[in-house]
Amino acid sequence: MTLIREFEERLKWLVETGVPVGAVHYYTGQEACAVGVCAALEPTDWIASTHRGHGHCIAKGVEVHRMMAELYGKSTGTNRGKGGSMHITDIRTGMLGVNPIVGMGVTHAVGAALSAKVRQTRQAAATFFGEGAASIGAVHEAMNLAAIWKLPVIFVCENNGYAQSTPVEYAVVVPRIAERAAAYCMPGVTVDGQDVLAVWGATAAAVDRARAGGGPSLIECMTYRYYGHHQGDDTRRYRTKEEESEARSRDCIERFRKQMLAMGTLSQEETALIDVKNKDKIDEAVAFAVASPLPQPGDLLTDVYVSQPEGRE
Amino acid sequence: MISAGTIAAAARELNFGQAINEAIRLEMRRDPTIVVMGEDVAGGAGRVHLGFVDAWGGPLRATRGLITEFGPQRVLDTPIAEMGFLGAGVGAAMSGLRPIVEIMFVDLIGCCYDQIMNQAAKMHYMMGGQIDLPLVIRTAYGTRGGDNRTYGGGAGAQHSQTLYSVLAHIPGLKVVVPSTAYNAKGLTIAAIRDNGPVVILEHKFLGLKAKGPVPEGGYTVPIGRAEIVRSGHDVTLCGIGRMTHICLEAANSLLSEGIDAEVVDVLTLSPLDESTILESVSRTHRLIVVDEDTPTASMARDIAARVADKGFDYLDAPIKTVTAPDTPVPFAAVLEAHYTPGPEQVISAVHSFFGTGV
Repeated sequence: MTLIREFEERLKWLVETGVPVGAVHYYTGQEACAVGVCAALEPTDWIASTHRGHGHCIAKGVEVHRMMAELYGKSTGTNRGKGGSMHITDIRTGMLGVNPIVGMGVTHAVGAALSAKVRQTRQAAATFFGEGAASIGAVHEAMNLAAIWKLPVIFVCENNGYAQSTPVEYAVVVPRIAERAAAYCMPGVTVDGQDVLAVWGATAAAVDRARAGGGPSLIECMTYRYYGHHQGDDTRRYRTKEEESEARSRDCIERFRKQMLAMGTLSQEETALIDVKNKDKIDEAVAFAVASPLPQPGDLLTDVYVSQPEGRE
Repeated sequence: MISAGTIAAAARELNFGQAINEAIRLEMRRDPTIVVMGEDVAGGAGRVHLGFVDAWGGPLRATRGLITEFGPQRVLDTPIAEMGFLGAGVGAAMSGLRPIVEIMFVDLIGCCYDQIMNQAAKMHYMMGGQIDLPLVIRTAYGTRGGDNRTYGGGAGAQHSQTLYSVLAHIPGLKVVVPSTAYNAKGLTIAAIRDNGPVVILEHKFLGLKAKGPVPEGGYTVPIGRAEIVRSGHDVTLCGIGRMTHICLEAANSLLSEGIDAEVVDVLTLSPLDESTILESVSRTHRLIVVDEDTPTASMARDIAARVADKGFDYLDAPIKTVTAPDTPVPFAAVLEAHYTPGPEQVISAVHSFFGTGV
């Protein structure tokens, strides 16, 4: 969680000092959702992500220096500079892609779950989507497919209250998006998305069910994004200062840190050391990105079509 | 690959749909990661306990019988949810399967276009080449114009379109249009073995009518290559899908007037085999492109523009296009027959070059 926070805070600083990293959507505030879900998955499991995907990537194990290089448009980036923030993908860590066409990643996770079922690999797939995506038809089509085929997929709705500037109470008529699970005969739970242990517990139960052949589950995580929809969005046009302060008082990292200190799992010194290590790691990531080579002009024309291995006819 | 010439004496004939069926069946036997998905690709799949299985098999019957051989784990009837199940196909192709997804009619791509345009086509490039996307999208298209006895009438504006250009326009997507049972089988196998997304457009009229010799084993017709299906020296007629047959009919009629037309079957819309078309035009010096699609921003005009750009010096006359008009496809059989290009329009275009005889 702290590494995600450090990555996003540094990114925000880079954006505000004029570094051209493209269009970005900060995950700050929602860290417990990504970490709670991914902590319940195996490295071989799949995730599919949203436009607000940096946290999902880091939680699934994508290396931050390759992510930063991608944001800098460098050839050492996760996508060799051809994707940017909204398309970060790392198939080696099971990260099927940040996807800025709202709801589409959900369908891809269902496909990965189908693949796991057909190939009998015992893998599961988790897919993140916002409460805004809960209104997309493709999400419902995907849920129905997962339900009728009993696929090992976990639908994770990160309800941060706003689809860009549109509040959830305007766009969604049910009090809880988790209630929609009933339409697909799957379990649906709403958890405090600021409580990483609650997210982890709900996901672990859903993953157990998925691996046992019980089919999909829906987990709604109540959360909050601290900044605007994207780097240029002014939240004061649709959210009050009081609401934002109140949300920050429930910060997921502060909460977990207090829990760890109270339980004696971590000391003050250890948490301070984690912060120092994170800062160093992001320093190194930025340095790597800055020092990395740009793509060559000829790269424009590569990888348009998937090349065929020799002899495969 | 086996050349078309060597198979003329093949012992058996299959129709277009049967040839595609055989292509899928042979490949599914070779590779357990191939799955077939779509609406009614089996039909009745949920009712095995009542003895109902394999009820339909798609508009060309191209998937009939697959479920009885490969079972419901690999032949998946889907709900009517094109965006959802094509998306599942994309995700499955990213994670170890080789899905063959049927969109029943090309007119329905509006319901799933994002998965084609933004997802499947762009994944490999956008992700820096780190994934393959072995996905086949099969879809039926076209009017039944010119033979209104087939179904007692057409299917109207939302079930008869061609829509080549909205697919061929998207970089990263391969788009193939078979015209015979032979090349339908070979292109389907090539598409299944391709590691990237390939759309196969299967003409409804050919699906029901085209029959021809088809070798029994597996073979490929290469994607990205056009074929000269009739040699001639006076004019090149460039046909796509069913229009290749219209070009051949026109060429046969023109012979009685002493006009010897060459016919090029485009076969792959993207990536387009420019060199075969240009080579033909370099010998005939005249080009007519025959396309069932509407003309604005069409394959017909794209091919014409490329030849104008790269083969202007070969030409002795302006390039002509013969296409449907810029209208929706009409319902009434008499109107649909007018909508769909036929040999008469092709002959008339040739006459604009030569008069009524060379």
